[in-house]
Amino acid sequence: MALLEIHNLDVHYGAIQALRGVSVSVEQGKIVTMLGANGAGKSTTLRAVSGLIRPTRGEVRFDGKPIHNLPPHRIVEMGISHVPEGRGIFPGFTVEENLQAGAYVRKMSHGEFERERGRVTKLFPVLKERLAQPAGTLSGGEQQMLAIARALLSKPRLLLLDEPSLGLAPLIVQVIFRIIREINQTGTTILLVEQNIHMALNAAHEGYVLEAGSVVMKDEATKLAANDDVRKAYLGVG
Amino acid sequence: MADSPTTTARPIASIRARTLQLTPPRWVAFCRGAAPIVIGVALAVLLQFYANRWFGGYREKILIDIGINIILAVSLNIVNGYTGQFSIGHAGFMAVGAYTAGFIMYYGSFWLFGDTQFHGGILSATTDPRGLHGPGFSGGDLLFPAALIAGGLVAALFGFIVGLPSLRLRGDYLAIVTLGFGEIVRVVIETTGTVLAGDEIGGQPWYRLLNRVGGPMGFGGLPIYASSFWVWVCVAATVLAAYRIKASTMGRAFLAVRENEIAAASLGVPITRYKVRAFVIAAFFAGVAGGLFAHEIGNMLNAGELGFLKSFDIIIMVVLGGMGSISGAVVAAIVLTILPEALRSVSEFRMIAYALLLIVMMIARPQGLLGIHEMWDLPYFRRRRTGGKTA
Repeated sequence: MALLEIHNLDVHYGAIQALRGVSVSVEQGKIVTMLGANGAGKSTTLRAVSGLIRPTRGEVRFDGKPIHNLPPHRIVEMGISHVPEGRGIFPGFTVEENLQAGAYVRKMSHGEFERERGRVTKLFPVLKERLAQPAGTLSGGEQQMLAIARALLSKPRLLLLDEPSLGLAPLIVQVIFRIIREINQTGTTILLVEQNIHMALNAAHEGYVLEAGSVVMKDEATKLAANDDVRKAYLGVG
Repeated sequence: MADSPTTTARPIASIRARTLQLTPPRWVAFCRGAAPIVIGVALAVLLQFYANRWFGGYREKILIDIGINIILAVSLNIVNGYTGQFSIGHAGFMAVGAYTAGFIMYYGSFWLFGDTQFHGGILSATTDPRGLHGPGFSGGDLLFPAALIAGGLVAALFGFIVGLPSLRLRGDYLAIVTLGFGEIVRVVIETTGTVLAGDEIGGQPWYRLLNRVGGPMGFGGLPIYASSFWVWVCVAATVLAAYRIKASTMGRAFLAVRENEIAAASLGVPITRYKVRAFVIAAFFAGVAGGLFAHEIGNMLNAGELGFLKSFDIIIMVVLGGMGSISGAVVAAIVLTILPEALRSVSEFRMIAYALLLIVMMIARPQGLLGIHEMWDLPYFRRRRTGGKTA
């Protein structure tokens, strides 16, 4: 059984239907990516998984337990951490305080937190130098790293990443994706939403293509990257 | 010992580093935690016996006004400053607390003591305590704090009720709800009947009396209990509570909601729960401040005075001091209480000066005097504390 099962999910924003029967399954230990144009419903799917919006129909199961009716904080406690689009750091907090906020649901002791923080900042050495700095003064790439690091401090089993490459320089994007793979290799399952399809398919094991709120294609990442339709529509080749 | 030269080279630094890591013994931690309360109560006693002698009756009354305004500003700061919600109905909570406490003191005094006069001891007396020949301690000294707490609790209940719509409302819409709440409280109170005097009270069931709190004429005849002592004890309690909340996990969660609601939710901070909590806590202290206001010398409790203009006065204090800063709110409350009094001699220009100050402030320092920081976070104090090192 997969770690995360999304089954026939419908989501409405008022009268507008954003998702139409989306089904996605994420196996333990994999990186799964969701691709698609603006408004295809990728971010909405993530928001429904983390409980930020409530689906009108369908179900989300994490580890076999239904979670689509739980409030966000219960879902984080179960081990799903969401890095929202546009980074969503606390600009007035220092880097250190942002990281502390990440551990909010885990109620760790001081020593435990320091250990966890050490583990996470090993992935992001640049954050270690800036612990006392207000997070709003970081560069865009550093803010994205902080957002991911912060999400890791809640010790998630599943990490939801919403467009981590958004608005970042190509070099920084490569660094971020290298780190995403490293996080995955330490055993964290990742559901990744991306517009940078080339990078995403490179990193992921499996991919889903969304269009107008439905899944139109699902395959292994390497096969998707070789697929003519995908290449034409999203990679601008062929 | 190969490494002894290095340890002796910097003995003070290493010892200091080691002692900082130790957790202090339990009694030291207890004393440290209790110190602010002890200091606050000692200060309140000092003011109770010497404020009149040092400053005179008029200035003692201003000091009491300052104390009440500090409680209001510091408590509103929990909602508007920490949590970033915009409540403009704080005077409504104050009115709820004021009328609850007033009701208990007025009719409670009649039931307990047989009349509605002042029945307090030295610590509750507002007139110069040296000239007073009353008892050192009396039943009123217990009834008054009980009434204050009751007023706070009822206000907190209303805070919960008003806090609930904040589950769904943001910004302007929440502001309108809180404004509406304050006005509802005022209008409801103004529909009540006249206050009953001595003999008329006897034989009436208590719930009949709920409707007898003065209406548009105001709740007259309340005994004067809000002495320097009680006011400053409450100030100490409020400031201490606000500071401890800010430093706690709950305070960090409040600030996280203010900084970025979606990010806070995605990290597992139950934002609705914290918004309601902020409202409840702030309303409690506003209710206590209302209870003090109702029993202050020279005040006639009147719901008309606790309308939205009063709410705006409190908001101005919070904004001026800096959203989220406790010491900023305290300083602003002091300045904005003294200023109108100091400008009384040029009263035609008073409101102009007041408005100018606010305009200049908004242009020069839109984040308020201290922003989110506390006074002791300023570079000057920080340098002194850490001995030149910047953290």
